[in-house]
Amino acid sequence: MAKESVIEVRDLVVDLKGNRVLNGVNLDVYRGEILGFVGASGAGKSVLTRTILGLLPKQRGRIDVFGVNLDEAGEMQRQEIERRWGILFQQGALFSSLTVGENVEFPIKEYLDVSDRLMTEIAITKLEMVGLKPEVYRKYPSELSGGMIKRVALARALALDPEILFLDEPTSGLDPISAGDFDQLIMTLQRVSSMAVFMVTHDLDSLHTICDRIAVLGEGKIIEAGTMDTMLASQHPWLKAYFHGVRARSGLKAAASN
Amino acid sequence: MTAGILLSSQTRGDWIELSAAGSWTAEYAGAIEPQVDAATRDITARSIAINIARVDYLDTYGAWLIERAMRSWKNQGREARLVGLREDYRGLFEKVHSGTQTLSPPPPRPNSIIATLESVGRTMASVGSDLVQLAQMLGSLLVAIKRVALRPTTFRFTSMVHHLERVGWRAVPIVLLITVLIGAILAQQGIFHFRKFGADIYVIDMVGVLVLREVGVLIVCIMVAGRSGSSYTAELGAMRMREEIDALRTMGFDPVEVLILPRILALVIAVPVLTFLGSMAALYGGGLVSWLYGGIQPEVFLARLREAVTSTTFEVGMIKAPFMALVIGLVACVEGLQVQGSAESLGEKTTNSVVKAIFLVIVLDGIFAMFFASIGM
Repeated sequence: MAKESVIEVRDLVVDLKGNRVLNGVNLDVYRGEILGFVGASGAGKSVLTRTILGLLPKQRGRIDVFGVNLDEAGEMQRQEIERRWGILFQQGALFSSLTVGENVEFPIKEYLDVSDRLMTEIAITKLEMVGLKPEVYRKYPSELSGGMIKRVALARALALDPEILFLDEPTSGLDPISAGDFDQLIMTLQRVSSMAVFMVTHDLDSLHTICDRIAVLGEGKIIEAGTMDTMLASQHPWLKAYFHGVRARSGLKAAASN
Repeated sequence: MTAGILLSSQTRGDWIELSAAGSWTAEYAGAIEPQVDAATRDITARSIAINIARVDYLDTYGAWLIERAMRSWKNQGREARLVGLREDYRGLFEKVHSGTQTLSPPPPRPNSIIATLESVGRTMASVGSDLVQLAQMLGSLLVAIKRVALRPTTFRFTSMVHHLERVGWRAVPIVLLITVLIGAILAQQGIFHFRKFGADIYVIDMVGVLVLREVGVLIVCIMVAGRSGSSYTAELGAMRMREEIDALRTMGFDPVEVLILPRILALVIAVPVLTFLGSMAALYGGGLVSWLYGGIQPEVFLARLREAVTSTTFEVGMIKAPFMALVIGLVACVEGLQVQGSAESLGEKTTNSVVKAIFLVIVLDGIFAMFFASIGM
């Protein structure tokens, strides 16, 4: 089966405040895979994500999403693409003045022409899919715990049944049990809807358990991309330190004993 | 992709088979829903099957619409089945099927008259609690002053100078501009009306007394409440939202001493200075208009001003300034510390801070007016 790229990044160069952060990044995200994206803090993971999402301007290079070059896409085409991806921000980025239900319904209301009844039912379905009880529907984000906020934000990211899901450190700030649950949740939801997941993470457990492929960013480029075995076999010093450090070894052991 | 459709039924004995085709996705959900509703309403057969083998694409929206129809048939005691489910959609259907959809009805809206009365009552009660909180803040401020007085090295002098620059020095241009204009407008209006009965010269009395006693300090305080009070509230509010104030507390610092004392002290020093500058600017503006518009020579203006105002007039204005600064600072800090988690709350408290500060400044001005009248100043 030929793999279809949903995101294609070619020779991307991005400057930030006069510093060259990304210098010739090439990256593919294929339909139906979970791609783990790692790199040292400050290596530019967020910059790449934000550039793909169109939140940062790029100096050179090309970004294709669903085969459409984002530079050439008109406003309508751009909106069509934005409807087909969902983003989970690190802190959730829920609208604090709206209830949980209104947060999840927000993209539905903006993009789709459906009845209020269906909108509410879909919002509750999504909340239940991410493991929340329907009661949270009327609560405000300030009444929720950190883990619940992440789940609501995930439900909002999934509201339009996206084909690409961006996750920015989904498990950071969660306890290991919740983080494991969250990983499983992402995997289940990904299986159910066969979307592509682009996950920025530092969680070695997530990388082991749910990622199909891993891409590593360093020195402004993709150093390595491939499966976990490729990572473990790599001789790149940073990769060796990352995947063979103390924390990585205990993670490996845990993954092996499972 | 074509829009999803629910094809007309195929009757087989006592049961009916509906056949779904096309894309049952979010994009077409709006068009599919009426068809599903019609089917759930109109079909009377005992047992119903939905065949989804010919569905091209299916997502949560499509799956839920099918699930919804099946649920409503089952609730009516009929038999409903799903046939032709593809393996790759099984997980999705299981997820959707396991949802309970038990949403409690929204709390009933109270009668609008009762709701209005309730909000009036709550507002009145909050006026009382506001005063208590102001008093509390004043109390903790005094405690902090006492503590700092006993150990002067702990006073955050750098912080105070920093705030002094922000609320004092940087406010000078805008305060001067506004007060020059106010002085000019007062003089112009005075001349325009006093001229009718040949009393032009008394404009100088009016401008002098009004500016030095009341208008100078009031305009400056309103400006400061809008400019610096709001920024104090927003800063403290954002700090509270990001748990910076809790961090200070756990490190054994008193937020009142670290954050609030330098801010309020800076205001108490800056406002009298700004009031002085503002009053002088207003007199200058008044004098300029009297000369250019009213034809009163500057020497005449100065001579008349010397007769019209005494040092008492000036003192009355200046004495009020630090007290008003204190009120603005207290209100701003109390409101800032009340900010809750949401962005909306930050906006609301900042608005409250400015509105309450201006209101209290004017009330305080009234009290001072009565006080000075009774002691003959």
